[in-house]
Amino acid sequence: MADDLKELKIELSKNGIFTTTMEELYNWGRRNSVWPLTFGLACCAIEMIATTMARYDLARFGAEVFRPSPRQADLIIVSGTVTKKMAPQVVRLYNQMPEPKYVIAMGACAISGGPFRDGYNVLRGIDRYIPVDVHIPGCPPRPEALIHAFMTLQKKIENDALRGPERPRHLDPDAPSEFPVPEFGEHGLEPPNNPEVFNDARGNPLKVIQ
Amino acid sequence: MTALPTPEDIKAQIEASVPGAVVTVIPNSSPSAQRSLLLDHEHARDAALFLRDHPVLRLDFCSLTTGVDWLDTETSEKVKLKQLVDGVEKEVEETRKTKIPGYLEAVYHLFSMEKKHGPVILRLRTANRTDQTHVPSFTPVWRSAEFQEREAFDLYGIIFDGHPDLRRILMWESFVDYPMRKDYVPPADDPLAEVPA
Repeated sequence: MADDLKELKIELSKNGIFTTTMEELYNWGRRNSVWPLTFGLACCAIEMIATTMARYDLARFGAEVFRPSPRQADLIIVSGTVTKKMAPQVVRLYNQMPEPKYVIAMGACAISGGPFRDGYNVLRGIDRYIPVDVHIPGCPPRPEALIHAFMTLQKKIENDALRGPERPRHLDPDAPSEFPVPEFGEHGLEPPNNPEVFNDARGNPLKVIQ
Repeated sequence: MTALPTPEDIKAQIEASVPGAVVTVIPNSSPSAQRSLLLDHEHARDAALFLRDHPVLRLDFCSLTTGVDWLDTETSEKVKLKQLVDGVEKEVEETRKTKIPGYLEAVYHLFSMEKKHGPVILRLRTANRTDQTHVPSFTPVWRSAEFQEREAFDLYGIIFDGHPDLRRILMWESFVDYPMRKDYVPPADDPLAEVPA
Protein backbone atom coordinates (compact mmCIF):
# COMPACT_ATOMS: atom_id res chain seq x y z
CA MET A 1 0.00 0.00 0.00
CA ALA A 2 1.25 3.43 -0.85
CA ASP A 3 2.37 5.67 2.02
CA ASP A 4 -0.30 8.31 1.54
CA LEU A 5 -2.99 5.63 1.65
CA LYS A 6 -1.50 4.28 4.88
CA GLU A 7 -1.62 7.75 6.38
CA LEU A 8 -5.22 8.15 5.25
CA LYS A 9 -6.07 4.84 6.85
CA ILE A 10 -4.52 5.90 10.15
CA GLU A 11 -6.31 9.24 9.96
CA LEU A 12 -9.64 7.52 9.28
CA SER A 13 -9.17 5.09 12.17
CA LYS A 14 -8.58 8.06 14.49
CA ASN A 15 -12.05 9.23 13.53
CA GLY A 16 -13.65 5.87 14.18
CA ILE A 17 -13.71 4.61 10.62
CA PHE A 18 -12.14 1.21 10.03
CA THR A 19 -10.76 0.53 6.60
CA THR A 20 -8.86 -2.47 5.31
CA THR A 21 -7.78 -4.17 2.10
CA MET A 22 -8.53 -7.66 0.79
CA GLU A 23 -4.85 -8.46 1.12
CA GLU A 24 -4.69 -7.48 4.79
CA LEU A 25 -7.92 -9.21 5.67
CA TYR A 26 -6.95 -12.38 3.84
CA ASN A 27 -3.48 -12.58 5.37
CA TRP A 28 -4.82 -11.68 8.83
CA GLY A 29 -7.16 -14.63 8.66
CA ARG A 30 -4.50 -17.00 7.33
CA ARG A 31 -1.76 -16.12 9.78
CA ASN A 32 -3.98 -16.63 12.81
CA SER A 33 -5.06 -20.14 11.99
CA VAL A 34 -1.99 -22.03 10.85
CA TRP A 35 -2.65 -25.67 11.62
CA PRO A 36 0.48 -27.77 12.08
CA LEU A 37 0.80 -31.44 11.23
CA THR A 38 1.02 -33.92 14.12
CA PHE A 39 4.51 -34.98 13.20
CA GLY A 40 7.65 -35.41 15.27
CA LEU A 41 10.95 -37.12 14.57
CA ALA A 42 13.13 -36.94 17.67
CA CYS A 43 13.78 -35.06 20.91
CA CYS A 44 12.81 -31.70 19.34
CA ALA A 45 9.29 -33.11 19.09
CA ILE A 46 9.15 -33.21 22.89
CA GLU A 47 9.84 -29.46 22.99
CA MET A 48 7.24 -28.96 20.27
CA ILE A 49 4.69 -30.83 22.40
CA ALA A 50 5.67 -28.71 25.41
CA THR A 51 5.10 -25.60 23.30
CA THR A 52 1.52 -26.63 22.66
CA MET A 53 0.70 -27.34 26.30
CA ALA A 54 -0.63 -24.96 28.93
CA ARG A 55 2.64 -23.36 30.05
CA TYR A 56 3.72 -22.05 26.63
CA ASP A 57 0.34 -22.42 24.92
CA LEU A 58 0.81 -22.17 21.16
CA ALA A 59 -3.01 -21.79 21.02
CA ARG A 60 -2.47 -18.09 21.72
CA PHE A 61 -1.21 -17.87 18.14
CA GLY A 62 -4.02 -19.88 16.60
CA ALA A 63 -1.97 -23.02 16.07
CA GLU A 64 -3.41 -25.36 18.68
CA VAL A 65 -5.10 -27.70 16.21
CA PHE A 66 -2.44 -30.27 15.36
CA ARG A 67 -3.99 -32.17 12.46
CA PRO A 68 -3.55 -35.92 12.20
CA SER A 69 -3.61 -35.84 8.39
CA PRO A 70 -1.38 -33.89 6.01
CA ARG A 71 -4.50 -33.13 3.91
CA GLN A 72 -5.74 -30.85 6.70
CA ALA A 73 -2.45 -29.25 7.71
CA ASP A 74 -0.84 -25.93 6.67
CA LEU A 75 2.49 -26.29 8.45
CA ILE A 76 4.98 -29.11 8.91
CA ILE A 77 7.39 -28.64 11.81
CA VAL A 78 10.39 -30.87 11.02
CA SER A 79 11.32 -31.51 14.64
CA GLY A 80 14.37 -33.69 14.92
CA THR A 81 17.00 -35.69 13.05
CA VAL A 82 15.91 -36.69 9.56
CA THR A 83 17.48 -40.03 8.74
CA LYS A 84 18.05 -40.91 5.12
CA LYS A 85 15.59 -43.75 5.53
CA MET A 86 12.92 -41.30 6.80
CA ALA A 87 13.59 -38.46 4.33
CA PRO A 88 11.39 -39.81 1.47
CA GLN A 89 8.46 -40.10 3.88
CA VAL A 90 8.96 -36.51 5.11
CA VAL A 91 8.97 -35.24 1.51
CA ARG A 92 5.90 -37.35 0.71
CA LEU A 93 4.02 -35.93 3.72
CA TYR A 94 4.92 -32.43 2.56
CA ASN A 95 3.71 -33.23 -0.97
CA GLN A 96 0.41 -34.45 0.45
CA MET A 97 -0.30 -31.13 2.18
CA PRO A 98 -2.53 -28.71 0.27
CA GLU A 99 -1.29 -25.23 -0.64
CA PRO A 100 -0.64 -22.80 0.99
CA LYS A 101 1.84 -24.77 3.09
CA TYR A 102 4.82 -23.84 5.21
CA VAL A 103 7.84 -25.58 6.74
CA ILE A 104 9.67 -24.84 10.00
CA ALA A 105 12.98 -26.72 10.35
CA MET A 106 13.32 -27.05 14.10
CA GLY A 107 16.68 -27.65 15.73
CA ALA A 108 20.27 -28.31 14.70
CA CYS A 109 19.52 -31.70 13.12
CA ALA A 110 16.65 -30.58 10.90
CA ILE A 111 18.63 -27.59 9.59
CA SER A 112 22.02 -29.26 9.07
CA GLY A 113 22.27 -32.74 10.57
CA GLY A 114 23.49 -31.23 13.85
CA PRO A 115 25.62 -33.40 16.13
CA PHE A 116 24.81 -36.44 13.97
CA ARG A 117 25.94 -34.76 10.73
CA ASP A 118 28.67 -37.34 10.07
CA GLY A 119 26.38 -40.29 10.75
CA TYR A 120 26.02 -42.79 7.94
CA ASN A 121 22.23 -42.49 7.89
CA VAL A 122 21.71 -38.79 8.65
CA LEU A 123 20.36 -36.27 6.16
CA ARG A 124 22.31 -33.03 6.43
CA GLY A 125 19.28 -30.76 6.60
CA ILE A 126 15.75 -31.14 5.26
CA ASP A 127 16.22 -28.03 3.09
CA ARG A 128 17.92 -30.33 0.57
CA TYR A 129 14.51 -31.60 -0.54
CA ILE A 130 11.76 -29.21 0.56
CA PRO A 131 11.65 -25.39 0.79
CA VAL A 132 12.05 -24.30 4.41
CA ASP A 133 10.43 -21.04 5.52
CA VAL A 134 11.96 -20.67 8.99
CA HIS A 135 15.10 -22.33 10.37
CA ILE A 136 15.57 -22.40 14.16
CA PRO A 137 18.90 -23.44 15.67
CA GLY A 138 19.15 -25.06 19.09
CA CYS A 139 19.59 -28.54 20.47
CA PRO A 140 16.73 -28.69 21.13
CA PRO A 141 15.36 -25.14 20.75
CA ARG A 142 13.41 -23.97 23.78
CA PRO A 143 9.65 -23.55 23.40
CA GLU A 144 10.22 -19.77 23.31
CA ALA A 145 12.40 -20.29 20.23
CA LEU A 146 9.68 -22.30 18.50
CA ILE A 147 7.16 -19.57 19.36
CA HIS A 148 9.59 -17.03 17.90
CA ALA A 149 9.86 -19.13 14.73
CA PHE A 150 6.09 -19.31 14.59
CA MET A 151 5.76 -15.53 14.98
CA THR A 152 8.39 -15.10 12.25
CA LEU A 153 6.29 -17.32 9.99
CA GLN A 154 3.19 -15.25 10.86
CA LYS A 155 5.05 -12.07 9.84
CA LYS A 156 6.02 -13.75 6.59
CA ILE A 157 2.39 -14.69 5.87
CA GLU A 158 1.23 -11.19 6.82
CA ASN A 159 3.58 -9.64 4.26
CA ASP A 160 2.56 -11.94 1.40
CA ALA A 161 1.48 -9.94 -1.64
CA LEU A 162 -1.53 -11.41 -3.41
CA ARG A 163 -0.54 -10.16 -6.85
CA GLY A 164 2.64 -9.43 -8.74
CA PRO A 165 5.89 -11.32 -9.17
CA GLU A 166 6.45 -11.50 -5.39
CA ARG A 167 3.24 -13.41 -4.78
CA PRO A 168 3.52 -16.66 -2.82
CA ARG A 169 3.76 -20.05 -4.47
CA HIS A 170 0.15 -21.06 -3.94
CA LEU A 171 -1.07 -18.10 -6.00
CA ASP A 172 1.31 -18.84 -8.86
CA PRO A 173 -0.06 -21.59 -11.11
CA ASP A 174 3.39 -22.18 -12.62
CA ALA A 175 5.13 -22.72 -9.27
CA PRO A 176 5.50 -26.32 -8.10
CA SER A 177 3.59 -27.50 -5.05
CA GLU A 178 5.09 -30.98 -4.99
CA PHE A 179 8.76 -31.84 -4.95
CA PRO A 180 10.49 -35.04 -6.12
CA VAL A 181 10.70 -37.75 -3.48
CA PRO A 182 14.31 -39.00 -3.18
CA GLU A 183 14.94 -42.66 -3.89
CA PHE A 184 17.00 -45.16 -1.94
CA GLY A 185 20.27 -45.68 -3.81
CA GLU A 186 23.07 -48.16 -3.26
CA HIS A 187 25.16 -45.77 -1.17
CA GLY A 188 22.74 -43.00 -0.18
CA LEU A 189 19.74 -41.02 -1.32
CA GLU A 190 19.39 -40.22 -5.01
CA PRO A 191 19.57 -37.44 -5.89
CA PRO A 192 21.55 -36.16 -2.86
CA ASN A 193 19.62 -32.89 -3.04
CA ASN A 194 17.06 -31.08 -5.15
CA PRO A 195 18.86 -28.14 -6.83
CA GLU A 196 15.53 -26.35 -7.38
CA VAL A 197 15.16 -26.03 -3.62
CA PHE A 198 18.71 -26.35 -2.35
CA ASN A 199 20.40 -23.34 -3.92
CA ASP A 200 21.98 -20.06 -2.99
CA ALA A 201 19.90 -16.92 -2.62
CA ARG A 202 20.07 -16.18 -6.36
CA GLY A 203 18.80 -19.58 -7.43
CA ASN A 204 22.15 -21.08 -8.43
CA PRO A 205 22.61 -24.69 -7.35
CA LEU A 206 25.27 -25.22 -4.70
CA LYS A 207 28.49 -26.78 -5.93
CA VAL A 208 30.01 -29.87 -4.40
CA ILE A 209 33.41 -29.11 -2.86
CA GLN A 210 35.29 -32.29 -2.07
CA MET B 1 23.66 -65.01 44.08
CA THR B 2 26.05 -67.75 43.16
CA ALA B 3 29.64 -67.13 42.30
CA LEU B 4 30.30 -67.43 38.61
CA PRO B 5 32.97 -69.95 37.62
CA THR B 6 36.11 -68.49 36.03
CA PRO B 7 36.43 -68.49 32.23
CA GLU B 8 38.95 -71.33 32.50
CA ASP B 9 36.41 -73.42 34.46
CA ILE B 10 33.68 -72.71 31.91
CA LYS B 11 36.06 -73.57 29.07
CA ALA B 12 36.88 -76.91 30.75
CA GLN B 13 33.20 -77.65 31.33
CA ILE B 14 32.25 -76.89 27.72
CA GLU B 15 35.08 -78.98 26.35
CA ALA B 16 34.16 -81.86 28.66
CA SER B 17 30.47 -81.85 27.72
CA VAL B 18 30.59 -80.92 24.03
CA PRO B 19 32.89 -83.41 22.31
CA GLY B 20 35.29 -81.75 19.92
CA ALA B 21 34.58 -78.19 21.00
CA VAL B 22 37.55 -75.83 20.91
CA VAL B 23 37.25 -72.94 23.36
CA THR B 24 39.90 -70.25 23.69
CA VAL B 25 40.05 -67.85 26.60
CA ILE B 26 40.74 -64.36 25.24
CA PRO B 27 42.76 -62.30 27.72
CA ASN B 28 41.86 -58.69 28.50
CA SER B 29 44.66 -56.37 29.53
CA SER B 30 42.37 -53.50 30.52
CA PRO B 31 41.73 -52.75 34.24
CA SER B 32 38.44 -54.67 34.14
CA ALA B 33 40.33 -57.83 33.05
CA GLN B 34 37.03 -59.17 31.74
CA ARG B 35 38.01 -62.25 29.79
CA SER B 36 35.90 -63.85 27.11
CA LEU B 37 35.49 -67.21 25.42
CA LEU B 38 36.12 -67.71 21.71
CA LEU B 39 34.05 -70.57 20.31
CA ASP B 40 34.65 -72.60 17.17
CA HIS B 41 31.87 -72.43 14.57
CA GLU B 42 31.05 -76.11 14.43
CA HIS B 43 30.31 -76.57 18.12
CA ALA B 44 29.19 -73.04 18.99
CA ARG B 45 25.46 -73.87 18.98
CA ASP B 46 25.94 -76.91 21.26
CA ALA B 47 28.19 -74.91 23.57
CA ALA B 48 25.56 -72.15 23.76
CA LEU B 49 22.81 -74.65 24.58
CA PHE B 50 25.06 -76.15 27.24
CA LEU B 51 25.64 -72.73 28.84
CA ARG B 52 21.92 -71.94 28.73
CA ASP B 53 20.69 -75.24 30.20
CA HIS B 54 23.48 -76.07 32.65
CA PRO B 55 21.92 -76.22 36.16
CA VAL B 56 24.65 -74.13 37.80
CA LEU B 57 25.40 -71.66 35.00
CA ARG B 58 21.82 -71.20 33.65
CA LEU B 59 22.86 -68.34 31.33
CA ASP B 60 19.28 -67.77 30.22
CA PHE B 61 19.57 -64.15 29.11
CA CYS B 62 21.57 -62.77 26.17
CA SER B 63 21.59 -59.09 27.01
CA LEU B 64 23.85 -57.80 24.27
CA THR B 65 25.04 -58.79 20.84
CA THR B 66 27.45 -56.62 18.97
CA GLY B 67 29.86 -56.64 16.07
CA VAL B 68 33.53 -55.68 15.96
CA ASP B 69 35.59 -54.97 12.87
CA TRP B 70 39.26 -55.91 13.06
CA LEU B 71 41.18 -54.54 10.09
CA ASP B 72 44.13 -56.26 8.46
CA THR B 73 47.21 -55.35 10.51
CA GLU B 74 50.88 -55.49 9.81
CA THR B 75 53.59 -56.08 12.39
CA SER B 76 57.21 -55.40 11.62
CA GLU B 77 60.16 -56.74 13.57
CA LYS B 78 63.83 -56.16 13.04
CA VAL B 79 65.92 -59.27 12.56
CA LYS B 80 69.70 -59.33 12.58
CA LEU B 81 71.15 -61.60 9.93
CA LYS B 82 74.67 -62.58 8.99
CA GLN B 83 75.27 -62.19 5.30
CA LEU B 84 78.25 -62.45 3.04
CA VAL B 85 78.85 -59.04 1.48
CA ASP B 86 81.83 -58.94 -0.92
CA GLY B 87 83.25 -62.07 0.66
CA VAL B 88 83.18 -60.60 4.17
CA GLU B 89 80.65 -61.74 6.69
CA LYS B 90 78.66 -58.80 7.96
CA GLU B 91 75.74 -58.35 10.26
CA VAL B 92 72.82 -56.91 8.35
CA GLU B 93 69.59 -55.70 9.87
CA GLU B 94 66.42 -56.62 8.06
CA THR B 95 62.82 -55.69 8.81
CA ARG B 96 60.36 -58.48 8.37
CA LYS B 97 56.73 -57.66 7.94
CA THR B 98 53.99 -60.07 8.89
CA LYS B 99 50.46 -59.50 7.72
CA ILE B 100 47.75 -60.44 10.17
CA PRO B 101 44.50 -60.81 8.24
CA GLY B 102 41.50 -59.01 9.64
CA TYR B 103 38.21 -60.55 10.64
CA LEU B 104 34.77 -59.64 11.88
CA GLU B 105 33.68 -60.63 15.33
CA ALA B 106 30.30 -61.12 17.01
CA VAL B 107 30.33 -60.64 20.79
CA TYR B 108 27.57 -61.91 23.09
CA HIS B 109 27.09 -60.89 26.74
CA LEU B 110 25.24 -63.55 28.71
CA PHE B 111 23.63 -63.24 32.12
CA SER B 112 21.53 -65.50 34.29
CA MET B 113 18.20 -64.16 35.47
CA GLU B 114 17.62 -67.25 37.59
CA LYS B 115 21.01 -67.35 39.31
CA LYS B 116 21.55 -63.57 39.14
CA HIS B 117 25.08 -63.77 37.84
CA GLY B 118 27.02 -62.76 34.77
CA PRO B 119 28.32 -61.71 32.42
CA VAL B 120 29.87 -64.53 30.46
CA ILE B 121 31.19 -63.16 27.18
CA LEU B 122 31.26 -65.26 24.03
CA ARG B 123 33.00 -64.39 20.78
CA LEU B 124 32.63 -65.76 17.29
CA ARG B 125 35.09 -64.81 14.57
CA THR B 126 34.70 -64.90 10.80
CA ALA B 127 37.45 -66.28 8.59
CA ASN B 128 38.08 -62.92 6.94
CA ARG B 129 36.43 -59.58 6.21
CA THR B 130 35.57 -60.12 2.55
CA ASP B 131 34.04 -63.36 1.31
CA GLN B 132 33.90 -65.65 4.34
CA THR B 133 31.91 -63.63 6.83
CA HIS B 134 29.74 -66.42 8.21
CA VAL B 135 29.24 -67.27 11.88
CA PRO B 136 26.53 -69.47 13.41
CA SER B 137 23.49 -67.61 14.73
CA PHE B 138 22.55 -67.75 18.40
CA THR B 139 18.98 -66.58 17.80
CA PRO B 140 17.61 -70.16 18.05
CA VAL B 141 19.23 -70.35 21.51
CA TRP B 142 18.49 -66.85 22.81
CA ARG B 143 15.57 -65.18 21.01
CA SER B 144 16.73 -61.75 22.27
CA ALA B 145 19.68 -61.93 19.87
CA GLU B 146 17.40 -61.69 16.82
CA PHE B 147 17.30 -57.92 16.23
CA GLN B 148 20.86 -57.37 17.41
CA GLU B 149 22.21 -60.01 15.05
CA ARG B 150 20.25 -58.32 12.27
CA GLU B 151 21.89 -55.04 13.26
CA ALA B 152 25.37 -56.62 13.17
CA PHE B 153 24.50 -58.06 9.75
CA ASP B 154 23.27 -54.67 8.56
CA LEU B 155 26.18 -52.56 9.79
CA TYR B 156 29.14 -55.00 9.70
CA GLY B 157 28.10 -57.59 7.12
CA ILE B 158 28.41 -60.59 9.44
CA ILE B 159 26.19 -63.38 8.06
CA PHE B 160 24.55 -65.37 10.84
CA ASP B 161 23.85 -68.90 9.61
CA GLY B 162 20.59 -70.22 11.04
CA HIS B 163 19.06 -66.82 11.75
CA PRO B 164 15.31 -67.04 11.01
CA ASP B 165 14.95 -63.59 9.40
CA LEU B 166 18.29 -62.11 8.41
CA ARG B 167 17.46 -58.78 6.74
CA ARG B 168 18.80 -55.25 7.06
CA ILE B 169 17.19 -53.53 10.02
CA LEU B 170 18.38 -49.89 10.02
CA MET B 171 19.43 -49.27 6.42
CA TRP B 172 17.19 -49.92 3.44
CA GLU B 173 17.21 -53.19 1.49
CA SER B 174 18.97 -51.82 -1.62
CA PHE B 175 21.86 -50.37 0.41
CA VAL B 176 25.11 -52.24 -0.34
CA ASP B 177 27.72 -50.88 2.11
CA TYR B 178 28.39 -51.83 5.72
CA PRO B 179 28.61 -48.43 7.42
CA MET B 180 30.13 -49.45 10.76
CA ARG B 181 33.15 -51.09 9.15
CA LYS B 182 36.31 -49.12 9.77
CA ASP B 183 37.08 -48.68 6.07
CA TYR B 184 33.60 -47.38 5.19
CA VAL B 185 33.65 -44.16 3.18
CA PRO B 186 30.35 -42.24 3.16
CA PRO B 187 29.21 -40.71 -0.16
CA ALA B 188 30.44 -37.18 -0.78
CA ASP B 189 27.11 -35.39 -0.87
CA ASP B 190 27.82 -32.20 0.97
CA PRO B 191 27.72 -29.14 -1.25
CA LEU B 192 28.94 -26.00 0.40
CA ALA B 193 27.61 -22.60 -0.51
CA GLU B 194 29.89 -20.36 -2.48
CA VAL B 195 30.29 -17.03 -0.78
CA PRO B 196 28.60 -14.39 -3.00
CA ALA B 197 31.06 -11.82 -4.30
